[in-house]
Amino acid sequence: MPALTYLWIIPLLPLLGAATNGIFGRHWSKAAVSRVALTSTTLSFLAALEVVREFMTLPPAQIPWIHSYFTWISAGGFRADFALQVDQLTVIMLLVVTGVGWLIHIYSTGYMHDDPGYSRFFAYLNLFMFFMLVLILAANYLLMFVGWEGVGLCSYLLIGFFFLKKSATNAGNKAFWVNRIGDFGFLLGVLLIFRTFSSLDFATVLPAAAKMPADPAGHIGVLTAIALLLFVGATGKSAQLPLYVWLPDAMEGPTPVSALIHAATMVTAGVYMVVRSHVIFLNAPIAMEVVATVGCLTALFAATIGLVQTDIKKVLAYSTVSQLGYMFLACGVGAFSAGIFHLMTHAFFKGLLFLAAGSVIHAMGGEQDMRKMGGLRKKIPVTFWTMFMATLAISGAPGFSGFFSKDEILNASRNVSPVLWFLGVLTAGLTSFYMFRLLFLTFFGKENYDEHHVHVHESPKNMLVPLVVLAILSVCGGWMAAPQFFGGVNHFDNFLAPVMATAHAPVAAAAESSGGVMEILQALLGIPVIFGLIGFLLAWWLYVRSPETPKKLAASLSGVYKLLLGKYFVDEIYIAAIVRPLVWISDNILWHVVDEGAIDGVVNGVASVSRESGNQLRRANTGNVRSYAAWIAVGVFVFTTLLLWMVA
Amino acid sequence: MVPTSYFLVLSAILFGLGVVAFIFKRNILTIFMSIELMLNAVNLAFITFSRALGQLQGQVFVFFVIVVAAAEAAVGLAIIILINRNRGTLNVERVDSLKD
Repeated sequence: MPALTYLWIIPLLPLLGAATNGIFGRHWSKAAVSRVALTSTTLSFLAALEVVREFMTLPPAQIPWIHSYFTWISAGGFRADFALQVDQLTVIMLLVVTGVGWLIHIYSTGYMHDDPGYSRFFAYLNLFMFFMLVLILAANYLLMFVGWEGVGLCSYLLIGFFFLKKSATNAGNKAFWVNRIGDFGFLLGVLLIFRTFSSLDFATVLPAAAKMPADPAGHIGVLTAIALLLFVGATGKSAQLPLYVWLPDAMEGPTPVSALIHAATMVTAGVYMVVRSHVIFLNAPIAMEVVATVGCLTALFAATIGLVQTDIKKVLAYSTVSQLGYMFLACGVGAFSAGIFHLMTHAFFKGLLFLAAGSVIHAMGGEQDMRKMGGLRKKIPVTFWTMFMATLAISGAPGFSGFFSKDEILNASRNVSPVLWFLGVLTAGLTSFYMFRLLFLTFFGKENYDEHHVHVHESPKNMLVPLVVLAILSVCGGWMAAPQFFGGVNHFDNFLAPVMATAHAPVAAAAESSGGVMEILQALLGIPVIFGLIGFLLAWWLYVRSPETPKKLAASLSGVYKLLLGKYFVDEIYIAAIVRPLVWISDNILWHVVDEGAIDGVVNGVASVSRESGNQLRRANTGNVRSYAAWIAVGVFVFTTLLLWMVA
Repeated sequence: MVPTSYFLVLSAILFGLGVVAFIFKRNILTIFMSIELMLNAVNLAFITFSRALGQLQGQVFVFFVIVVAAAEAAVGLAIIILINRNRGTLNVERVDSLKD
């Protein structure tokens, strides 16, 4: 098993790429920089494929495959190894991260081509790949935390990539601070895990947690506390209520970054972590309810904001928050493999949507306001068609990847709570509406830009190829689950089943379909699809058929419209309730009282005491040898007297 | 036989004279001589104890002191000559450049 033994190669390659480009890239040509970046990610992807191939031949007894390379920390009873782990869950994450990451690296060579910070960009992007791979390959919570913090760092660096723009650096800071809150929760959760299980290895903690009796409903035991703390971390990293505020601002970063970090991979780290720890959550009913509720509410909440945004990337950002909400809804109702399934399909279609949006922005010469686009369908056909595929996928059109994953989540949530199910279905309708609104505003209707100033052009090949590949994945990515509609099995769930072995059997309502024609039709045209269709028709009516209606609608519902346009004024509330008081306390108490008074006072006090005492003592140093001699004589006399005194 | 305490008292007196001269004299050469006086007072004490206790170590030690004193006299006189050349005086009150 050569590749499985040398697992560390997969994260190491991007790290080498990052180091090379970070140190030497500044003096190299762009071709050399992209060669380094692409070689490292390509090799990493190939290594991941080889690992997966070898993993498939492993006997079940050797899964999860854990390889410990060296002892990282050993202190008293505490021990953490640098150990990597591969199981079915890791395999899926590994393929998504290296595969989508590789495509986005290719795309970036086109998109960032004219940027002066070319080598810096690729150094950061490769560094991100390293930390993300550490996160998903880690075999214990501490190493996972290293990756977790590392991707946060890279996210910060890349959001603030255009550091001359004040708004970009502010957005980077905001992302960093909001994530601190979540990361603190995660760290507390990890510490509580160590306190409870005396270990941080997944292989020790998770079986032990599974054996513990579940916390009774309505009672917060230690498992519930751990689960809730871990979930706080997940809400920060995966942009859930109430910590989602950083993600929309994160769109200040370059578009490939939005696609890779803030859509496809990093923001799903929270989902991955919850699924990885799912046995803890299963024994904590309250935590499950919290996860499901937060996920569901976030999905609905973000979708409503997405309805009225005019910036093409902002719509996609809120859409990402909303889709992440779906994934947590899936986790909360116990359908963990459905959550991972949606994570995967979302990585395909949302990555594609962002890349296509980047292609649109590229074509428009940097314009991001959809009201200033329109009619682009004929001018950039490849971008249009790939984006159309992704829109169909995210809207849950039957047969596309998003349909299968979303349907599975909604089915699972119906068995737990009709309310969650209804809100989920409603969100599906909203999703369809805002996505088609985006599509219609951008590609249909009349051209709202000045043709003399904007030279619309299709993107170069190295940007289009990733679009096409991701479009194919967006269409076909869900077909692994398709057979269940014809009375077969869901291959995706089956593949993940060994990891979920300790979980309750995944809710598989659809799998009971006997394969009758009527039942298949019913499944394909279920209520979520009907809601999606309504959303599509509404968008078509409002933005293609009678483009004047939205304005009238906005005027007649101005209260609601302003609330949505202002994003429920959450940022303003946070600023008033948290940021302002913190700034006030820092200014008036921490700065003027604690810093200037206490800390400066102590330092200055020590200084003035030594200065004063020195001033007094220096009088003894007259420079007169005879007075020194007299002092010595006095000293000897006193000392001798004392000695005699003590002896006698 | 003269009692041991006589020698010790003589030694103490000589030493005290040395100390007093060291502190109150201004000429470096005189100060230097008072150092020699103190060293020889100590030598006398060494020999007294050596004889009183019947041990040789004290007398051996006196030889060491004499050797060190000879070396010190050589170095010290050289320094005194240099001070005299550089400053044109042997008054210790004028040799105070360490002050401030």
